[in-house]
Amino acid sequence: MKPAFAILFAILIATPAYAVSDPGEMLPNRAQELRAEAIGHQLRCLVCQNESIEDSDADLARDLRRIIRQRLVAGDSDKQIIDWMVARYGNFVRLRPPFDAMTLVLWGAPGIALVAGFAAAFFARRRRPATPEPLSDDERQRLADLLKT
Amino acid sequence: MTDSPDAVPPPLAGRGQGEGTPRTSTFRRRALLLAPLGVAAVGGTAFWLLLQRMSEGTYDPHGLPSMLIGKPLPKFALPGLPPSQGFSSTDVVASGRPTLVNFFASWCIPCVQEAPTLMALKQQGVPIWGIAYKDKADATQGFLHENGDPYTRIASDEPGTVAINFGLYGVPETYVVDKSGIVRWRWAGGLSDDIVRQSLDPLLQGLA
Repeated sequence: MKPAFAILFAILIATPAYAVSDPGEMLPNRAQELRAEAIGHQLRCLVCQNESIEDSDADLARDLRRIIRQRLVAGDSDKQIIDWMVARYGNFVRLRPPFDAMTLVLWGAPGIALVAGFAAAFFARRRRPATPEPLSDDERQRLADLLKT
Repeated sequence: MTDSPDAVPPPLAGRGQGEGTPRTSTFRRRALLLAPLGVAAVGGTAFWLLLQRMSEGTYDPHGLPSMLIGKPLPKFALPGLPPSQGFSSTDVVASGRPTLVNFFASWCIPCVQEAPTLMALKQQGVPIWGIAYKDKADATQGFLHENGDPYTRIASDEPGTVAINFGLYGVPETYVVDKSGIVRWRWAGGLSDDIVRQSLDPLLQGLA
């Protein structure tokens, strides 16, 4: 393999460096660890608020990562683990808010914007005369005079 | 509103149809001119109120609603600082009085700031039960020695697991538990005299 290809290959297979830098935190079972990471990526770190707990170095995030792994090994489903977190921290803990009455406008916003855009375009078109009226003789004369100078 | 002639451009020959009468047209122009001003005024007032409440400490933009409000106190049993024994959720409820449960730590700066407010609450006779979060016993003792001890009883949550059942996301946090053991109020962050006067006092009076 050419060196350039080797470098490209290395970049492609590289995974981002997560805050889980402590290998002791990771589950020995690879499949379980991947599941735990996938759950962690859906949950917000309550301390930093814009990172997932999987990316965060905060103490609380580490505690929550540990709880995810403990419950996962104990046999909880992904949904049960997320529900456990939501019961304590509310929907805010989910980086992807669920669709409910509170988030109706949030999730509906693209649809609302689309309908509003079409409505605006429709009314703007209707108000504009289909073809501009031709210039009157006076106006044509004025235009000719202006262009002459 | 007057229709001043210069506010409306004189209709060009052959035009001026389909735009409404000059009167409504002037009105629309004025409304359109004033609309951004109105939006700015409303937005500015809202923003000013927001900043006002933030500087008073009655609004925290990072604050989260607590899931515990209206629910029973989470079950726990924690050790104390030796030689005194800790307490359990059952002990809090058994006290039969509206009680403050305050999470604190010796390493937490807002905890130092809220200490005088807690001491004042103690003077008022409000029972405050303290839970030291992720703190070593001797560090907690040193903190209480230095900043005063407002607590009726103290427990230690060194692993921080009980705190997670409360939905705690930082220290200090203060919960109000009513006589029957239902959580009524949560404040995340340091308590100030303003918050006590505006929120806590009226609440405690209502629960008494």
